[in-house]
Amino acid sequence: MRIKKSKGDRIGDFFIYTICILFMIVCIYPFYYVIIYSISDPAQALKGIFLLPRGFSMETYRQLLRTNDIGSAYMVSIARTFFGTLLTIACSSFFAYLVTNQKMYFRKVIYRFVIITMYINAGLIPWYMVMKAYHLQNNFLLYILPGAVNAYYIVLIKTYMESLPKELEESAKIDGAGMFRIYGQIIFPLCKPIIATIGVFSVVGQWNQWTDNYFLVTSAKLQTLQMVLYNYLNQANRFTNMSGNSADAAAIAATITPTSIKMCITVLVVLPIMCVYPFLQRYFVKGIMMGAVKG
Amino acid sequence: MRKTQREKGLIGKRMPEGKKFFLVSIPFVIFVFAFAYIPLFGWAYAFFDYRPGLSLLDCDFVGFKIFAKILNNKNELIRVMRNTLAMSFIGLLGMPLPVIFAIMLNEIQNSKFRKLVQTTTTLPNFISWIVVFTLAFAMFSSDGLVTNICKALGMDVRNNLLGDNKHVWIFQWALGTWKSLGWGAIIYVASIAGIDAELYDAAHVDGANRWQTIRHITIPGLYPTFFVQMLLQISNMLNNGFEQYFVFYNPLVANKIEVLDYYVFRIGVLTNDYPQSIALGMCKTIISVTLLFTANRLSKKVRGESIV
Repeated sequence: MRIKKSKGDRIGDFFIYTICILFMIVCIYPFYYVIIYSISDPAQALKGIFLLPRGFSMETYRQLLRTNDIGSAYMVSIARTFFGTLLTIACSSFFAYLVTNQKMYFRKVIYRFVIITMYINAGLIPWYMVMKAYHLQNNFLLYILPGAVNAYYIVLIKTYMESLPKELEESAKIDGAGMFRIYGQIIFPLCKPIIATIGVFSVVGQWNQWTDNYFLVTSAKLQTLQMVLYNYLNQANRFTNMSGNSADAAAIAATITPTSIKMCITVLVVLPIMCVYPFLQRYFVKGIMMGAVKG
Repeated sequence: MRKTQREKGLIGKRMPEGKKFFLVSIPFVIFVFAFAYIPLFGWAYAFFDYRPGLSLLDCDFVGFKIFAKILNNKNELIRVMRNTLAMSFIGLLGMPLPVIFAIMLNEIQNSKFRKLVQTTTTLPNFISWIVVFTLAFAMFSSDGLVTNICKALGMDVRNNLLGDNKHVWIFQWALGTWKSLGWGAIIYVASIAGIDAELYDAAHVDGANRWQTIRHITIPGLYPTFFVQMLLQISNMLNNGFEQYFVFYNPLVANKIEVLDYYVFRIGVLTNDYPQSIALGMCKTIISVTLLFTANRLSKKVRGESIV
């Protein structure tokens, strides 16, 4: 059924569409600008860029990818994202499974004990001292261990698990399946939608995390992509200093500029997110809607 | 009696299920204890005259002297609290924005366009503050795009926005809003979807126009969600976050941008005064938790429902 729109409705529509389009442009344009800047000819780009790239040059990318810190940072970021997410999903979902069992001894106490960690925060320095005491300084495990049992994810998964029909677990029990088997073959597969959601949350969180790197990891081999970007931002001339001999450095300085370097690294950092993000958006939305329903 | 015997016979020597689940959960409890509770013991340092390198046992117990020291450093404390509360207060004033945006999204009939708007406007939420800084740098630095446009229009841009001391709060608020507005709207979109459709039908039959429907059905329907969000925001008053203020910090804006989270970092990491930093962090957490539970009690009283 189509209802004919009144004049007021059409004015309202115009108003709403205009604002939405403007806001969309404000959200997207900075990304677009950085991308077109990064593929422009660095020397011409200095004159200013607005809608289209000026010239075309992949020279900055080529030079950047030749330095070993970008490649290694990519590997570290991918590794922490992959292993961190895997561990978080495994631990948080298994713990959620444990606390959904009504027969568990001290169930409420244990659940509260874990959930309270959402609200208490010891602070920067105590965290720093403890991580150091655990020998996680300059250690890859620092990136993946501390977030493995995540209270917020546990609430989401537990809420979801409680909505599953009890009969499945009961019948498996009668057939003689043990707890690990029931978890692995029945409960976990049924939780796929919520696992996908927290998986996506965790991936984005891991990819964007850098404070742990900043405070506790100085080793060059373990720098994350975000940190490398931050360092380049603060040391515009770092690149030219890095490449060994001076003749080489002069040649590079002639073809690329500090701004073009910044723009290229930014693209390298956000591109993975921008590529997967539109496909994952529905999981985010599902997650926040479930998050609104507290556990 | 007979039943328990039968149970015994059936299960035999097998462990009760509840005990098994409990035992398996112990490693997780220890893990959480190690990563979330052990750092709390660090709060003890706030009561000792600690210097890095020493053991806590070798330090003198000084009671609340360090807290007194923080309070005595009035100028600094007032400045930091002013910045912290200013950012939180501006944030509170901006809270209706995601509501308005959600209502607008809901009014878009073309579902493809609506999805496009939602997807593009939530993207900024998923980039780190470092990337936000590079984007802001590309736009607002002294040879950034926006600055150049302003120059071309003949505006005074000697101070670019990144180093503009007068507009720090509003600029930081705008960046935060840019990053989180689309994301923040999702929760309201979800609660609009939860409003009884019959109400809209009834309003339509009664001849209500669009504005009247929004005014009398949608907005009242969003009150509960808004109320919860507001309480959470208030209880997070002291937690502006660290990353944003860290990446946008520079000497030109230092006195306006230093919020509590940055202050804790500066005292602890840059000046290396562990006890003072820990004492500050401790006060921050205790006040935040108190606020949260007060808000929770308030919510229970007003709505009969808790928020945590």
